[in-house]
Amino acid sequence: MQQHSDSPADFTPAFRAALAGGDLPDFVTARVPDEAAIRFAVYRNNVAHSLREALARRYPVIRRLVGAEFFAAMAGEFVAAHPPATPVLQEWGDAFAGFLAGFPPVATLPYLGDVARIEWARGLSYHAADAMPMPPRRLTETAPLRLHPSLQLLRLTHPAFDIWQANQPGRDGKLRGTGPRNVLIWRRPDFEVEAMAIADPDADFLQGLMQGQPIAQAAGSTNPVPILTLLLRHGLICDKETRS
Amino acid sequence: MPLPATTGLGFKPQHFQDIRATRPDLGFFEVHAENYLGAGGAPHAMLTALRQDYAISIHGVGLSIGGPQIDLAHLSRIKALCDRYDPDSFSEHLAWSSHGTEYLNDLLPLPYTPETLDRVCDHVDRVQEVLGRRLLLENPSTYVIFAQSEIPETDFLAQIARRTGCGLLLDVNNVFVSCVNHRSDPLAWLDAFPLDLVGEIHLGGHDQEDLPSGPLLIDAHGAEVAEPVWALYAEVLDRAGALPTLVEWDNDVPEWHVLLAEAQRAATLLADARQHAAAQ
Repeated sequence: MQQHSDSPADFTPAFRAALAGGDLPDFVTARVPDEAAIRFAVYRNNVAHSLREALARRYPVIRRLVGAEFFAAMAGEFVAAHPPATPVLQEWGDAFAGFLAGFPPVATLPYLGDVARIEWARGLSYHAADAMPMPPRRLTETAPLRLHPSLQLLRLTHPAFDIWQANQPGRDGKLRGTGPRNVLIWRRPDFEVEAMAIADPDADFLQGLMQGQPIAQAAGSTNPVPILTLLLRHGLICDKETRS
Repeated sequence: MPLPATTGLGFKPQHFQDIRATRPDLGFFEVHAENYLGAGGAPHAMLTALRQDYAISIHGVGLSIGGPQIDLAHLSRIKALCDRYDPDSFSEHLAWSSHGTEYLNDLLPLPYTPETLDRVCDHVDRVQEVLGRRLLLENPSTYVIFAQSEIPETDFLAQIARRTGCGLLLDVNNVFVSCVNHRSDPLAWLDAFPLDLVGEIHLGGHDQEDLPSGPLLIDAHGAEVAEPVWALYAEVLDRAGALPTLVEWDNDVPEWHVLLAEAQRAATLLADARQHAAAQ
């Protein structure tokens, strides 16, 4: 990014400071000068509100877990600490999981960071590059597989998948037991993003494939069929990265 | 190719199935560039499908043309998007939205001075040079006035267009919002504005708050186009003839039929304008 201008005529530093709550610059006025502050507040609200809303769209389950009001306040803290560095807002907010881990008011909810990782990864999958599926007949046990760019494996500490799933729209939020802590996320050919929890041996196998190991090596003593079936069924084994 | 002088709508993904199923009689769809800068997936699949049936306008909100620097890294991504879709129009705003590396996600105002005029012209030149296409620059809605401003907004826009060769995007709602907010006459604003340089019109809804001195209008894009804005639009068509006209609705997006009804109202006024021109 470019260096910031040092021109004394640059009005933006004072305007920016006022957006963050600082004093109104003396050059900002209105037809009725007494109303300059209340008019300027429209900009202040637009910036704060639009970024809070953008974060809420990316992290709907976190918002549900902590409540809308708390989320809005927390989002304000996050925006101040990690403002977007790009106009492409879908690329902003990856620091949220780490922020949650270090935010004292949510210290009693240690799983939030892992839930946030799932929500972030789903967004990455949604926007990931397209790739053409490979016909199953070309599958070999000995060559590395090229996996779909949307495919991600999260190996988490907390049962975040179960929490995430219980807090989807229409669900009551109640946790009915917890399963594995490895979460597989991918995009289907119809562009829906999916997530599921998978057991440790399956996750180990998949991790090997993602690191470029051929099927036989990655599988070891694990039965590779369930994971390979899933990958093939959803078009996740690809010829090459290309726009379809 | 310029946009057709008919009505267009801002495209929202939730309307994609309705659009594919009904193939509405619209001239074009407009998308925000920043929502289509991912690598792949549904956004590109939908835009590719729309591109087959309609003219496309790409509308940027993030270049910060009115600020101290334009974001060159972002501009190169916009170029890749324009190269990929070859839109019928690319437009941006007379506003700034980035401060250093920080993106503020709002279209912020600037003072109108000879110095800012030079700077904006440099930025518009740069954008047009990199993209290899003519830009349409949109008039802003504003809530405050800069004490250092010495050039009227209409002159400022006209001079940018004359110096850079860019076209103008006339947002009729923004004219109304700014004029009400600054207690000036929208018709006088139009009198001073170079309508012959307009390549597209925007219509959208606004919110209203009440201050001691009168109304404060906010460009919220979350409601129907207001009646006085329709009247001002009719006045623009009366003076300029039919122009490509977009209805924007970005927040609290309604069901497809509500949006389509707004477009149909604009289409009726456009048909009147064409008939009027033919009769002369």
